Amino acid sequence: MVALWRLLLLGVPIVILEILCRSGAIDRITLPPPSTIAVDMLRLLGSGRMNTAIANTLTHVVVAVAGSIVVGIATGALVHRLAPLRRVLEPLFATYYAIPIYAFYPLLIVVFGLGDAPQILIGFMLAVVAVIVSTLTGLDSVPAVLAKTALVHRMGPVATALRITLPYAMPHLFTGMKLAVAYAFIGVIGAEFIMSRTGVGYEIRYAFDNFDNATMYPLILLVLLVAVVVNLGLDKWERRLMARRRGL
Amino acid sequence: MRRSADSIWLIGGLLLVWQAVALAAGPDALASPWRTILRLGQMFTTTVFLGHISETGEAFLIALAIAIVAGLAIGLLIGLHDLSARIAEPFLLAANSVPKIALYPIVLLIFGIGMPAKVAFGAIHGIVPIAIFTISGCRNVPSVLLKTARVMRLSQAETVRSIVLPACLPEIFTGIRIGVSLTLIGTILGEMFGSQRGLGFLLMTAIGLQNTEVIMAVTLLLIVFAATVSTALIALDRRLHRGG
Amino acid sequence: MIPIPPAGPPSLHVSLRAVTRVFRTEGRVVRALGPLDLDLRKGEFFAVVGPSGCGKSTLLELIAALAPPTEGTIAFEGQPITGRVPDGVGVVFQENACFPWLTVADNIAFGVRRLGLDGPEVARRLDHALTLMGLRDFADAYPAQLSGGMRQRVCIARTLVTQPRLILLDEPFGALDQQTRLLMGDELLRVWRDTGATILLITHALDEAAMLADRIGVMSARPGRILEIIETGWPPDRDSRIVADPEFGAVTARLWRRLREESVTSLSGTSLSGTSLSAGAR
Repeated sequence: MVALWRLLLLGVPIVILEILCRSGAIDRITLPPPSTIAVDMLRLLGSGRMNTAIANTLTHVVVAVAGSIVVGIATGALVHRLAPLRRVLEPLFATYYAIPIYAFYPLLIVVFGLGDAPQILIGFMLAVVAVIVSTLTGLDSVPAVLAKTALVHRMGPVATALRITLPYAMPHLFTGMKLAVAYAFIGVIGAEFIMSRTGVGYEIRYAFDNFDNATMYPLILLVLLVAVVVNLGLDKWERRLMARRRGL
Repeated sequence: MRRSADSIWLIGGLLLVWQAVALAAGPDALASPWRTILRLGQMFTTTVFLGHISETGEAFLIALAIAIVAGLAIGLLIGLHDLSARIAEPFLLAANSVPKIALYPIVLLIFGIGMPAKVAFGAIHGIVPIAIFTISGCRNVPSVLLKTARVMRLSQAETVRSIVLPACLPEIFTGIRIGVSLTLIGTILGEMFGSQRGLGFLLMTAIGLQNTEVIMAVTLLLIVFAATVSTALIALDRRLHRGG
Repeated sequence: MIPIPPAGPPSLHVSLRAVTRVFRTEGRVVRALGPLDLDLRKGEFFAVVGPSGCGKSTLLELIAALAPPTEGTIAFEGQPITGRVPDGVGVVFQENACFPWLTVADNIAFGVRRLGLDGPEVARRLDHALTLMGLRDFADAYPAQLSGGMRQRVCIARTLVTQPRLILLDEPFGALDQQTRLLMGDELLRVWRDTGATILLITHALDEAAMLADRIGVMSARPGRILEIIETGWPPDRDSRIVADPEFGAVTARLWRRLREESVTSLSGTSLSGTSLSAGAR
């Protein structure tokens, strides 16, 4: 029932757009019909013309995600232990996502040049604080009684961390990782779009500057599809992990 | 008391890191905190700069107004009914996780270059969290309060007006708070292309001219503004959530 | 067969006949209640006790018209209950139902303002409720600043001001400590005497039921039916000191004798998901 409504909610606007485009109410320069965009996207992927760009973007995202997860969890664990440090950094974490991180992009280019580093760094910067905050929340969530249980069982700090703290905090850590993927992707694509010479974001910008709708729209569709599929997938996984916790 | 001491440590620490990186990277790469502040002060005395600020400010406020009204409307329409909330959920999640910059070319094509595109782009960024939090707030009204409404024989409209809305207010405010920040980011981003005025445009020009000092001055201004507004709203948010 | 001891012609305030409640949740069919018959006399204080999961809360929700019976009829003041909550019924829930954004006084006045009464009448009722529940000093406080017991007092006061003829309470003191519960029991008796309403109290605390009620209904394990109704015969002007009366011990013992078996069944037969192993037989 719900699925049916969702299908309608998605399908009806697409059909309306299709009709408007094909009838000429919306001109081709502004927007080609959705079906054309979809076909062009498949053709584009098949032609292999975008393979380098896709590979570049993927590499940037993966490195940004990996870096933010490692640094984020380590930093989170460290900050969690040092209460004074946490107090000082807390306002930074709270306002971090209000700050236009993209504003740092020009500076990164000035410092690192126009290579891969600035894009990866922007993705990293956007993602890392989400991981840190999720790690903190996860470590906070471990009830004191479990720490006492560990002591009663005479477990050392490493054993406690590996066999009690980490498994207990895992759902929150997973949330952090899910957010890292989402934010790194947004950061990398954005950075590539603003100022870059490689990657899918750059290709979209290039196509836009050259009025190449036939390339631009399929690429935009590709980015949207990948973002939606990956994020909804991770979200479903996260929910399953959380459900086990809630005893359903 | 302690809070302000911590803030001093934080800001001091950040300034120190900044200074250190500036020293290491050299004056051509990065300007020191002092130079940047001086430059910013000097820029404030020029009418051109003030013109840019007012352009961005105007776009931001209009975008924010749209985002709040539309976000609340969508959020309430969807959130007040269980079925609609469940149906809409994946769509909102998708809207939240999509790199909105990928939509920017489409926005430009629809709205053309200039103020409307900026405002539209900013509004898009803000609507999503406001709608999401409004819906979440509606769904999180404790069921015991809804049962109380039925026992008191309140009509649907009365229940929404006198119980659901006041109960949601803290969460709606959180959504608006986040919406404010994201709308600002979206407006600036929107200004970076297809605009001849505004702070975003200024930033892009400075990048083109490799004018490090201007780049950093504008960046500093944006960061300080965003952080101040966000901190003030967070404080308000906390007060609202304490239920007074 | 429910052993109703003979008495003068009682005016029936609430009547349940052959009531059952069955619902589906997450693909399972749950027989929550019944078949059940019950009569509440006007102005009496009736308590319901039973093992956990037996459907006590469901019973209350049915009488309050918050949920429909699957079978059977429920009548309040001679009228069958339809979908809407009937006029003259007040409910106090176990969870805290105070509106966190209103002061104590506004919370209490909430119910009456809707009734379209004029200002002085609202003020009079508010004043009376505040005094009766000992809340005068807290009229301008917010629920977040109060203890659990105080918040429940606010909820009871909010029910009072509508001058209900039937007050339903679903384990209202469940979250409170024993001493507070005993004191709240006294307050409830005061409210009962002050309003003259019929009271239905759902509780898991046997001593509470034995101390407060005129009659106590003992429910079986799920799906709950009334196994027995015990008359306490307490005088109307009682308070918590009735615990010193030897009859009190006898009533409590009788309740536990009846309940013990049912509780064991309930404890062993209920899986984590709440389906009773013995439910299949019904």
